[in-house]
Amino acid sequence: MFEYAINKIVRMTITIMVIVTGVFFATRLSGNAVDFIAGDGLGAEDRAKMITYYGLDATIWEQYWRYLRSLADGNFGISLIERRPVSTIVMERIGPSLQLLISAITVTLLISVPAGVLAALYRKSWLGSTIMSFAFLGYAIPNFVLAILLILTFSFWLGWLPSSGIGSPAHFIMPVVTLSAFYIAGLTRFTRNAMLDVLSQDYLRTARAKGLGEEKVIFKHALRNALITILSVLGLQIAGLAAAGSVVVETIFTWRGIGEMLVTAAIRRDYPVLQFGVLAVAVAVILINTLVDITYGMADPRVRLAKS
Amino acid sequence: MTDIASGPAAPTMPERMVRRIFSGVQNFWRDTNWIVRLTALMGLVILILALLAPFIAPFDPNAQSLLSRLKPPVGFEGAKAGYLLGTDELGRDILSRSLHGLRLTVGVALLGAIIGLLVGGSLGLAAGIAGGLPDDFIMGLVDIQIAVPFTLIALLTIALLGGDLPVLIAVLGVAYWEQYARITRGEVLRLREMPFIEAARASGASGFRIAFKHILPNLVSPLVVIFTVNISNIILLESTLSFLGLGLRPPTATLGSMVGMGRDYMPSAPWIVVVPALLILLITFVVQMMGDWLRDSTDVRLKER
Repeated sequence: MFEYAINKIVRMTITIMVIVTGVFFATRLSGNAVDFIAGDGLGAEDRAKMITYYGLDATIWEQYWRYLRSLADGNFGISLIERRPVSTIVMERIGPSLQLLISAITVTLLISVPAGVLAALYRKSWLGSTIMSFAFLGYAIPNFVLAILLILTFSFWLGWLPSSGIGSPAHFIMPVVTLSAFYIAGLTRFTRNAMLDVLSQDYLRTARAKGLGEEKVIFKHALRNALITILSVLGLQIAGLAAAGSVVVETIFTWRGIGEMLVTAAIRRDYPVLQFGVLAVAVAVILINTLVDITYGMADPRVRLAKS
Repeated sequence: MTDIASGPAAPTMPERMVRRIFSGVQNFWRDTNWIVRLTALMGLVILILALLAPFIAPFDPNAQSLLSRLKPPVGFEGAKAGYLLGTDELGRDILSRSLHGLRLTVGVALLGAIIGLLVGGSLGLAAGIAGGLPDDFIMGLVDIQIAVPFTLIALLTIALLGGDLPVLIAVLGVAYWEQYARITRGEVLRLREMPFIEAARASGASGFRIAFKHILPNLVSPLVVIFTVNISNIILLESTLSFLGLGLRPPTATLGSMVGMGRDYMPSAPWIVVVPALLILLITFVVQMMGDWLRDSTDVRLKER
């Protein structure tokens, strides 16, 4: 077990180092940052001064070393546009992002687990196929298209919901629906398959043979075992999906979270914000995934045996 | 094979291919239900529209006409004759822009998927055959690619390098390479243990020969399935990036950027976003459906369900 955890942590560290290095060289190779900051109207002399000021006259390895040191010191640079420390900007954005995510994940679990179980139990009737058609639709609709259609219908046509911003509970409805639609579609399919796998196991036949009621067989024996698989997949995928989904949804609904910050920084070429934002999200995703991995390895010996 | 070739009227290579395609289509039509048939037909229409866009589009997609700005589609009040689906904020014809956008979206997605297939497939093949250190290295890269949400990498790359066509295609190409790599490697490891590979090795075939002559042909069908599923993922990624303003530079439009740019005019001119949005919906629906069908029909395990 200990060995398994160490192995995971070593891998995580390597991955994080690769990303940190990749981000550094990607930003340096794309041109001199001074030209982005100051634009074209800069004299040669001033340009040289700025290069010295930002420490860009050092060799690339020296710059890399300095960059690593500053990351270790918690100094993540200053936004080129807002002229404020990047860490302050990021801290402001974490709250709204988490609110949106937690709401979306709650809605997802509440809908997709029952829906998936029903789809598995009634897989040959109209109920099962209707649920699976909806799941398919949710998967096929790009989330920005869904968001646009929702805004057109509920904000501009019916006038029921605000089209953007944060504030009242009504502001939550469309972003949460858009973000969770995609998760619900995926998790419903997955729940159904996990349930079907469990339903065909021998121990369920045994449970029925010893005279247990159908209700007990399904809820106590089947669902519990299926839930282990479902939750582990959710745990492993949610962080990555959340990062990708919230970029789009936050931008459309001008929800001032991390995702919207990243897109705005990318468009305005605010490199310090973009660089640290990408690093922070990537590291968060990797940390969460490693934690989930280790937890499941502890809880279920089959997991760590299969992977080692 | 030999008895056909030595027969009296040996069909030529193209003839045989036409026949194979024809019977393939026949089988497809016989074995599928109406939903799959309908989506296949829609897919065909989309492909034809994309191919013929320059010939059937009534206007130059980027030609502005300030006198006919924000005209609604035909049938609505204030529509202007000739502009079937209306015009955008610069008086450009929505139908022409959508057709050209469709063409770009489909073309870029296909190219991206092919690059992913080539990169991922050859790395997976190399990892599976070589084993040892190269295998560890390649699979390490795969792990990293899985660990980092690709949207982040795409955002960073396009912000740094700019929205040129080659950059976009490269980004879309590396987006899903790891899926091809994993499947290829897994299949190679499985095939390597098969008796026919052992026989080839015993008779002195080189590593290259085994890779290309014996293993590669067996990889075709799993790779085709991922390829199809991937196209819809790539279309999604491309339209999402374009929608966010991180795709090709204007005025060149893909469907995603039409939706993105038209967002500001939604209250007064909803058709600017509705037309391309519905087209994106249609494409992803068709490709997902075909991918699902293909996966189900090749996966024996699923048939019992």
